[in-house]
Amino acid sequence: MNRKSLEEQFFRRLTQLTTVLLFVVLTWIIATILYRGIPAMSWDMITKVPQGGFYFGKEGGVLNAIIGSFYLAGGATLCAIFVSLPVALFMNIHLVKYQSFLTRIRLLLDILWGVPAIVYGAFGFTLMLYFGLRASLLAGIITVAIMICPIMIRAMDEVLRTIPRGLMEASYSLGSTRTETAFKIYARKALPGLTTAVLLALGKGIGDAAAVLFTAGFTDYIPENLLQPTATLPLSIFFQLSSPIEAVRERAYAAAIILTVIILLFSLTGRGISTLYKKYSANGND
Amino acid sequence: MVMTETPIIRIRDLNVHAPDNHILKNIHLDIPKNKITVLLGPSGCGKTTLLKSLNRLTDLYPELKIKGNIYIDDDDILHPERDVSQIRQKMGLLSQRPYPLPMSIFKNVAYGLKLKGITKKDEVERRVQEYLKKAALWDEVKDRLHSSAEQLSIGQQQRLCLARGLAVNPEVILADEPTSALDPVSTQMIEHQFQELKEEYTIVLVTHMLRQARRLADYVVFIYYGKIIEHGPVNEVLDNPKEELTKKYVSAGV
Repeated sequence: MNRKSLEEQFFRRLTQLTTVLLFVVLTWIIATILYRGIPAMSWDMITKVPQGGFYFGKEGGVLNAIIGSFYLAGGATLCAIFVSLPVALFMNIHLVKYQSFLTRIRLLLDILWGVPAIVYGAFGFTLMLYFGLRASLLAGIITVAIMICPIMIRAMDEVLRTIPRGLMEASYSLGSTRTETAFKIYARKALPGLTTAVLLALGKGIGDAAAVLFTAGFTDYIPENLLQPTATLPLSIFFQLSSPIEAVRERAYAAAIILTVIILLFSLTGRGISTLYKKYSANGND
Repeated sequence: MVMTETPIIRIRDLNVHAPDNHILKNIHLDIPKNKITVLLGPSGCGKTTLLKSLNRLTDLYPELKIKGNIYIDDDDILHPERDVSQIRQKMGLLSQRPYPLPMSIFKNVAYGLKLKGITKKDEVERRVQEYLKKAALWDEVKDRLHSSAEQLSIGQQQRLCLARGLAVNPEVILADEPTSALDPVSTQMIEHQFQELKEEYTIVLVTHMLRQARRLADYVVFIYYGKIIEHGPVNEVLDNPKEELTKKYVSAGV
């Protein structure tokens, strides 16, 4: 066998091996959660807030954390969309002439993307103290929104970048302004990709514990307004896992199943929305 | 150009510089109304840049420095304070590849009407039909007006882009090698529409195909490395060229 075909064989095997490894690890994680979580799963887990002896293995559920996570991640994602979409469009419509400036903005956003969540948590905490806020849903939403903005902007930016310059020229030639080009043409053309970007950021927001540790607090109740503290699923899992009581630790896995299923549902919804609009974005001739 | 027709576009001392390239050199040109003027020349000679400066798409490329004057109906469109959208609505653009807007066939054409402030439902419908007919696309799409424009064949997309451009009611159609991505049948359809459209519109067509120039042109402008070498009525320039460069290009018979 000559060198070239050996090389070919080697890299073929290598890619196969890494693919299998990755698949095994992911299956293992999900199997572990299911194996340990299903016995502890009950209707109570998703319909009740923690009762008196919940953290000692008595009755109750994590409804507080489920609702809390929805409020927090939903609120943060919504806030982030209102910032990220205009910024990403601005970068790709107005700043497209200034490529070197754009490169620097992208670098900055990439760095912000890589900053650990706990740093955002600490930053949110100082902001909170400055404005005299207590640990609350509002403080959590603001912190998580700040954290996921760079992710959302960059993910949207990457989608908008793939739109050919010719479409922009076509739009301008019809006499559209830059705003019309941005919101009527670009946002529409990129819609499936923008949905994915939102989901990516939402997934990061709902699964993160460090950013909300100081800012959102934790409570056994469902928050009734923005200024009350709120529980979140990741923190709920964390507290249950640190319990010395076996039954409580088992329920942490049940909570993990709930979190996984929620993220799965979001992804599927996103896919559904993309498919729905696909007929306007699929470019059959390219 | 010695001609009796009134020029609709007058280009005076137009110079376009890129950082390391003098793309257009002292362009002085009149483009007559309701005729097809072909900008002919080899690839990379500045034809497209000249076309794009006519509706200020050159604004999108900050590295280009533009000097000179372009008058359309006696308005200097290069004046920095002119409303660019208004200038562009006078000039429909047909690019090398069709870029349909990400919406239905109907909405692609209606888009321009909306920008013009035409929103009454029956008038929009009437006009969409009218422009699709002018672009020779109506019969092929009349039963699926509300399906996505991106599902059309590339030849149909190009005719849709033509209809979309016409809907803005331009005076001039700028066509940048509009058939270079198309099959012969679609090419023929576009060329045929151009012949009809010149009754109402002025057409400026960029091409490097000599045969296309012969089929369509009333006037030919031969450009070579940013300079106008020769221009005039089609039979003078192509059949009886005066300049050496033009002779060479024409005898190559591309």
